Amino acid sequence: MGSIDSNFASVADHLGTREHVADVLVIGGGPAGTWAAVRAASLGARVVLADKGFCGTSGAAAPSGNGVWYIPPDPALREEAMAGREQLGGWLADREWMRRVLDQTWDNMLQLDEWGYPFPRDEGGTPRRGSLQGPEYMRLMRSRVKRAGVRILDHSPALELLVDDKGAVAGASGISRQAGERWLVRAGAVVIATGGCAFLSRALGCNVLTGDGLLMGAEVGAELTSMEFSNAYGIAPAFSSVTKTAFYRYARFLREDGSVIEGASGHSRSKIARALLQGPVYAVLDQAAPDLHDALRLAQPNFFLPFDRAGIDPFTQRFAVTLRLEGTVRGTGGLRITDKTCATSVPGLYAAGDAATRELICGGFTGGGSHNAAWAMSSGAWAGAGAADYARQLGSNHVARHVHRAGSTAVRDTGGQVLDPSAVASAVQAEVFPYERNYFRHAERLQDSLGRLDALWHAQRHSRGADNTRVIRAREAAAMTATARWMYRSALARTETRGMHKREEHPGLDPKQHHLITAGGLDEIWTSTRPATTPQPEALTKEAA
Amino acid sequence: MIELVSESRCIACNLCVSACPVNVFDAVPDSPPVIARQDDCQTCFMCELYCPVDALYVSPDADRVGIADESLLADAGTLGGYRRAVGWTKGSESQRSTDQSFRVLNKY
Ligand SMILES: Cc1cc2nc3c(=O)[nH]c(=O)nc-3n(C[C@H](O)[C@H](O)[C@H](O)COP(=O)(O)OP(=O)(O)OC[C@H]3O[C@@H](n4cnc5c(N)ncnc54)[C@H](O)[C@@H]3O)c2cc1C
Ligand code: SF4
Ligand code: SF4
Repeated sequence: MGSIDSNFASVADHLGTREHVADVLVIGGGPAGTWAAVRAASLGARVVLADKGFCGTSGAAAPSGNGVWYIPPDPALREEAMAGREQLGGWLADREWMRRVLDQTWDNMLQLDEWGYPFPRDEGGTPRRGSLQGPEYMRLMRSRVKRAGVRILDHSPALELLVDDKGAVAGASGISRQAGERWLVRAGAVVIATGGCAFLSRALGCNVLTGDGLLMGAEVGAELTSMEFSNAYGIAPAFSSVTKTAFYRYARFLREDGSVIEGASGHSRSKIARALLQGPVYAVLDQAAPDLHDALRLAQPNFFLPFDRAGIDPFTQRFAVTLRLEGTVRGTGGLRITDKTCATSVPGLYAAGDAATRELICGGFTGGGSHNAAWAMSSGAWAGAGAADYARQLGSNHVARHVHRAGSTAVRDTGGQVLDPSAVASAVQAEVFPYERNYFRHAERLQDSLGRLDALWHAQRHSRGADNTRVIRAREAAAMTATARWMYRSALARTETRGMHKREEHPGLDPKQHHLITAGGLDEIWTSTRPATTPQPEALTKEAA
Repeated sequence: MIELVSESRCIACNLCVSACPVNVFDAVPDSPPVIARQDDCQTCFMCELYCPVDALYVSPDADRVGIADESLLADAGTLGGYRRAVGWTKGSESQRSTDQSFRVLNKY
């Protein structure tokens, strides 16, 4: 096997290291990662899948469940589905990619049916496949991954990528936290499927999602895109983690004194955010007709769990609500995809699901709402196939490559002081949680936050890697810091309001900014623009002229 | 947050130790696992679904630690309640395919 170059000792070096060889390494075992692993294995690749948590329960989908962008292959229905969200997304999505995702999602849902997913049937006996219950879906995906012969490493967060002398990605290493050992996988290609970044906000299932894959990608030079579309907030009962938002369509939102907050709804959350800046906000789901209640319970058992346990009847009793940051999880920013195989801008590196941008099908707005799930399963399948093909072309000699560790921050013993990862994480949260900073953005406040975030990043760069138990936390904190900086730099670069990105001093859409924003870099963050592919309606352009 | 590992129910299978995405539990040889990192709990309820004997209770409160009263929870049918709702217990299997989303949320 080729040698590994370590200029600096890794902080985990005195742990034993278990080495594996694979054609394809998949990092992350949510929907995107499991579809990638199954597909790569079906093409004959030897696959290892490493998950920070447990493949099957970990990530945003497993505890929450997903409505899916599942539209019958009827041209009129598909056209309607594609057109439906173009305005919300600020005309930044790409029709060609929407078509591909609708096709692939349709196929994958039929595949799930064949694999035994228990889809409900209507009175006519027709299977209804538009929704996936998270626990059921991800338990099935885990069993399919195992059946495909994939080696799963649970509780094994990846810490950094490995690159060969030419800069191509050649594997990764991390820690198996329950086994107390380090792992290293030499691979022909790597799929990053680590989900988005929700900044440890305790939104449902999201505390494993700290932007690790974005940092690992950027450390080998991969580009990010649409990072300004990263300020999704989910509605939840104030005491609860359950940011399931669909049923707030049946809600009225009230102030403390019982007065209705006009215009506030599940879809118009900015009114809720504004009201929360003034005082507590309550919701009551009294717009749901009583004959719907049972069906609602059967559609989303997890939505009702916190209410039942807290002794609240949400249909008749008001309860305090909050907005928890879901960041890029239900935003659209992520690693930039450069071709149909879901390759990134770095050879050997592929991205899928929430770790990748969802701009291709959503432009500047998602909120989940079925597109993310469709994207995760489609991009996962493509990335798995792309990575398997790439690895096959390299041949089995890829293991002879001399490789370097690419981690930049909080992973090596480079002298300096040790930082407390939870203090770093709290400092990042203080910049990205407040609605008046992240929901309602303004150049002054973005600059102000960036000043502190940049300083925080540089402090981490010059700090010593934490000890073994804390290196995982330290890397998460570093990834959160980096993600916040890409977000706010991109947000500064878009001097308009478009998609989910709102600039207080630029409240309207500026037709001249009909472009996508690329971002990258670690110590110095850069941004640039690329033209969007779908035309904006002429009316907009005329209005501006 | 996770509040209870019932000593009387637990069969020390350690499924929850594996299934918890954020590594809240520590296995203890021949004994029920311990809640070692309660603060890390993300209130996702997944451990309850994987416990074969309904020995776990996750309170709905995401940010505050409380103390669970096992006999109250057992009497109220709360222990195992989520597992039954998703159809993962013996006897509740039919619940697995009763998703009504197509009636109330999406068209297909
Ligand atoms: C409450 C909620 C409701 C939602 N509802 C919908 C919906 O109805 N429709 C819809 O389309 N979308 C919805 N979404 C979004 C949808 O869940 C996600 O888009 C989808 O889960 C993305 O899949 P993924 O595999 O990319 O990421 P995830 O499912 O988040 O999985 C990421 C995986 O990567 C692992 N990981 C992270 N870091 C590392 C690391 N360093 N090393 C190894 N592994 C790592 C994690 O442990 C996790 O298992 C919802 C999201 C939330 C939070
Ligand atoms: S609720 Fe989720 S995070 Fe908390 S202990 Fe159970 S599985 Fe772990
Ligand atoms: S899953 Fe249940 S029975 Fe098994 S160890 Fe955990 S608490 Fe005990």
